[in-house]
Amino acid sequence: MSISTESRQAGAKRPRLTPSQRRNNRDGWSMSAPIVVIVVAVVIVPILWTLVLSFQDARYSDVARNGLFNPLTLENYTDVFTSPGFWESLWVTVVYTASTTVGSIALGFAVALALRDVFRGRGIVRAVFLLPYVAPVVAVAYVWKVMLNPQFGVLNAFGTSYLGWDQPIDFLGRAPYALGTVIVFEIWRYFPFALMFFSAALTGLSREVEEAALVDGATPWQKFRFIIAPQMMPVIVLLTLLRLVMTFNKFDDIFLLTGGAADTQVAAVRVYDQLVGSSNIGAASANSVVLAVILGVGLTFYMRLTRGKDSR
Amino acid sequence: MSSVQFQTVLFRVLKWILIGGLLLSVLFPFYYMVVMSFVPIQDLLRDPLQIVPGLEQLTLETYRQVVASEGDGGFGFARFMRNSALVAAGATALTMLLAVPASYAITRFTFMGRRQLSAMFIAVYMFPQIIIAVPVFVGFQVLGLGSSLIGLTIAYIALTVPVSVHMLRSYMEGIPESIDEAAMIDGATRWQIMRRITVPLAAPTIMSTALYSFMIAWNEFLFALLFLSAKPDLWTVSLGLTRLADGQEVSRTILMAGSVLLTVPIVFLYGIAERWLTEGLTAGADKG
Repeated sequence: MSISTESRQAGAKRPRLTPSQRRNNRDGWSMSAPIVVIVVAVVIVPILWTLVLSFQDARYSDVARNGLFNPLTLENYTDVFTSPGFWESLWVTVVYTASTTVGSIALGFAVALALRDVFRGRGIVRAVFLLPYVAPVVAVAYVWKVMLNPQFGVLNAFGTSYLGWDQPIDFLGRAPYALGTVIVFEIWRYFPFALMFFSAALTGLSREVEEAALVDGATPWQKFRFIIAPQMMPVIVLLTLLRLVMTFNKFDDIFLLTGGAADTQVAAVRVYDQLVGSSNIGAASANSVVLAVILGVGLTFYMRLTRGKDSR
Repeated sequence: MSSVQFQTVLFRVLKWILIGGLLLSVLFPFYYMVVMSFVPIQDLLRDPLQIVPGLEQLTLETYRQVVASEGDGGFGFARFMRNSALVAAGATALTMLLAVPASYAITRFTFMGRRQLSAMFIAVYMFPQIIIAVPVFVGFQVLGLGSSLIGLTIAYIALTVPVSVHMLRSYMEGIPESIDEAAMIDGATRWQIMRRITVPLAAPTIMSTALYSFMIAWNEFLFALLFLSAKPDLWTVSLGLTRLADGQEVSRTILMAGSVLLTVPIVFLYGIAERWLTEGLTAGADKG
């Protein structure tokens, strides 16, 4: 609606554009046109194309031959909803997303609080904590794989020698353990992201209220619960949003650690398997459209919920 | 002991336990990676728990093997690193060329459609990679860009542009507009103001944004896997490493040496820009 009113205003104003307005329009668009072209070409067109492909029974060869114009069908969608694999992967994705989002934000918050007061070497400690986030996922995933290996991994060697484990645990290959392990890995990799945001927000807090509360005899817990936490709510809301979106469609981490085996096939890995394994482009597209819709609905719900809280 | 004193002590203890435990869990994998890449595989198999090897055990043989080209009986990581560097540098240069003028325009003056543009960048930022992966992959195959470093570079722009615009914008919003206005009165054009005034003022942010883009492109895995799997001579380090790992005969020490080669450039860049990077990424977080 805002677009139409604006364009109407612009249309009405057009004959009376001042030279400087006209120059601004020209400069604005010449500065941003190249990026718009690229974003349209590599993001927006692909999204629309996914939508079209999801209604087609398309293999790679069909797309190469006929381009956009393959016969339309609803079969991909009925397949998505009737396949048990889809519902299983959706459930795994939800569990994975929810637990890593909560886990990484909680840990990041705790660490940000622990690093709040200045001590010698704090800068270095904070820089080190960010390493899992900046390091290439392929490298850290393989180190974890080697460390967790049942035959010669250091963790199993330690467990069987010193912790009295009867036998090595196949952390990435057996069903109940694998999902837990990838969740721990993901929290390890993304708590630094939350830490960065909480640290920035905590530096912005004025300490006066806290000092006043201390004088009044508030305990550290009360200080956290009633003074710090409420002021961090906007950051928590923002981080939750970002982490939910990023994790819901996360591919690399699980693909590299387990390949989707042992009940860890999250949605993105399933889409990849359909695309590459069975080269079923239509099914893969329908699957990602359904995921995008589910994510969109979830996000709308989440934003309603948090906005409702804010206004109270 | 009052509850205030009790909690103060308790939280102080917990705090150091948290810091200590987490330091160990963050550093150990990196330490392990480096150590494993320098010991012979037989030693690792004989005693997995030996995490502090003797000096006489260390060897550079693994690295020689990893870096050497296939012709010399190696794994060709020198070439993978060159490919990764080309793609990451290309994507970064293109991203900055595109994102700096656009961020400048969006933050410095009003023009028709500015608001819709801003909204588009945020929407694109929220769109996950896997959703665009399918058609980008198919489309590039059709266009013949699918199995090339140029195609990969263009695809990476889709990943680096949104976050770059976000970082540049939050910084440029803080530069007073009166500077622009003064220059306008002196007869400078928008392009001149951007080149001569805004870009130098925003230089630190531009550097950190560029480094972040480089990291995204260097670390990226999914697009490389989709685009280049069939072309071993074009593999990036990430892709080359996973292809190696799939071959059963490759030893774990080789894998660790490859991981070190993949990680070192990023950690080095991060070491240079840590401060700017966190500031750029979290800009606006305290405003909520």
